[in-house]
Amino acid sequence: MTLLAIDWGMLVEKLVLIGAIISVSLLIAMYSTYAERKVAAILQDRVGPDRAGPWGIFQPLADGGKLFFKEEIIPNTSNKLLFVMGPCLAMLTAMMTSAVIPWGNQIHFNLFGIDRYINLQIADINIGVLFIFGVVSLGVYGIMIGGWASNNKFSLMAAMRGASQVISYELAMGISLIALLMLTGSLSMKTIVEQQIQGRLWNVAYQPLGFLLFFICAFAECNRAPFDLSEAENELNFGYHQEYSSMKLGFYLFAEYINMFISSVIMATLYFGGYDMPFVNEANLSVNVAAIVGIVALMAKVFIFIFIFMWVRWTLPRFRYDQLMNLGWKSLIPLALINMFITGAVILWRQG
Amino acid sequence: MSTTEILFWFLSVLALVGATMVLISRNPIHSILWLIVVFFAISGHYILLNAQFLAIVNLIVYAGAIMVLFLFVVMLMNLNSDTEPQKNNWMKIAGAISGGCLLLIMIDVVSGSSDMQNKTAIVKEGNIGLIKVLGKVLFTDYVVPFEISSVLFLSAMVGAVVIGKKEKETPNP
Repeated sequence: MTLLAIDWGMLVEKLVLIGAIISVSLLIAMYSTYAERKVAAILQDRVGPDRAGPWGIFQPLADGGKLFFKEEIIPNTSNKLLFVMGPCLAMLTAMMTSAVIPWGNQIHFNLFGIDRYINLQIADINIGVLFIFGVVSLGVYGIMIGGWASNNKFSLMAAMRGASQVISYELAMGISLIALLMLTGSLSMKTIVEQQIQGRLWNVAYQPLGFLLFFICAFAECNRAPFDLSEAENELNFGYHQEYSSMKLGFYLFAEYINMFISSVIMATLYFGGYDMPFVNEANLSVNVAAIVGIVALMAKVFIFIFIFMWVRWTLPRFRYDQLMNLGWKSLIPLALINMFITGAVILWRQG
Repeated sequence: MSTTEILFWFLSVLALVGATMVLISRNPIHSILWLIVVFFAISGHYILLNAQFLAIVNLIVYAGAIMVLFLFVVMLMNLNSDTEPQKNNWMKIAGAISGGCLLLIMIDVVSGSSDMQNKTAIVKEGNIGLIKVLGKVLFTDYVVPFEISSVLFLSAMVGAVVIGKKEKETPNP
């Protein structure tokens, strides 16, 4: 091909990788809904879903089928194009973040006469953390456009709440990340993980306060309880997706679970060593075994985080709106600034 | 045509169409959404010029923050095409003429300036937009203007808070 000078091998490799990562994220998000019901059931001393299949493990399929077959209603007074665009944007921005996350180190592929080393990361760009930040800040549009296009004042109010909450907590999140970046000196996710593998402790040991702030902000960014004010049904009927039905509603709900999964991955990567299995020296293993060990380690950390997300949701009551804003602006941002100053001072002091 | 050229033309067309749609959309919300498309196209151009940092900062600041603010304001005021005040035709013609004059002057200045002549953009090679290089330049060569502009932003922020603050209620006479 002279028209498009592209490395076709790399293109195929990346497409396969993208397909695999998206299907795995969707699968995990699907089973997060099941896990959430089971966790809620255990915390409330119930049984939870147990009808569809053994222990109810086909429940997500049944839910999905129900959503697909429901009647699709588009309100007459809504803005039709934007009404459909809302859930699409929510899903798109939820999935886009996975592009810069290193899911493992490398796998060695030697089959059909092809001999390649494949990086388990879609794009190792030198601004990985900023990319995540950019996508997160675009995530607001899914909520806002959907809420506005419904042409319903409760949806609009809920969308405003959701958007202002996300914007407010983005600040504290960014400042707590700056402290981490001063420590690592790199914005590439891969480099951050490699630094944690090579001899150093995990970043959480150096940045406990920063991690705590990031964790709280992640709850708010995902619109999860106790920060799910945009879905406060006792004040706003149902939230920004009130007019939605069928799979468009399903996409909104699903995007929340994907966001939860992805933010768990980000926390594991930035603060808990990513694909680093503790007490195992990956360099001694063969490439493929090391990759499998790495993926298992990352997923174990991610599942622990997802469990904590659910645990908190079914334990803490929802914040009131003014409490939410006070927490964000008057507690988290000053704490994040103090954390940043202390980190900077320590780095300068150690340099002498 | 190489891949870069195809991308360049695609992004340019997208940016121009988006900018035109910003102007001719009746609905203010649609205008804002088209403006977001324009920012995406411009970020794409930055990436073609190997300025990834500028590209992503453009997205974070403009598409992620400022446009959300615009959307907020327009949605809360509930503007739509019915409430848009109609200007008379003479005003429209006068606006078109003066805007066209400004456009001509800008094209002339840009194409006539000696910095621009016989130069081609460095695609995929230049490194001024990478975060390491840009950070070094900002904190060594341009540190004073950089700090002064940050003070400007700070004062703007304080000013906004002062204006937005509720005045103390005066006791009724």
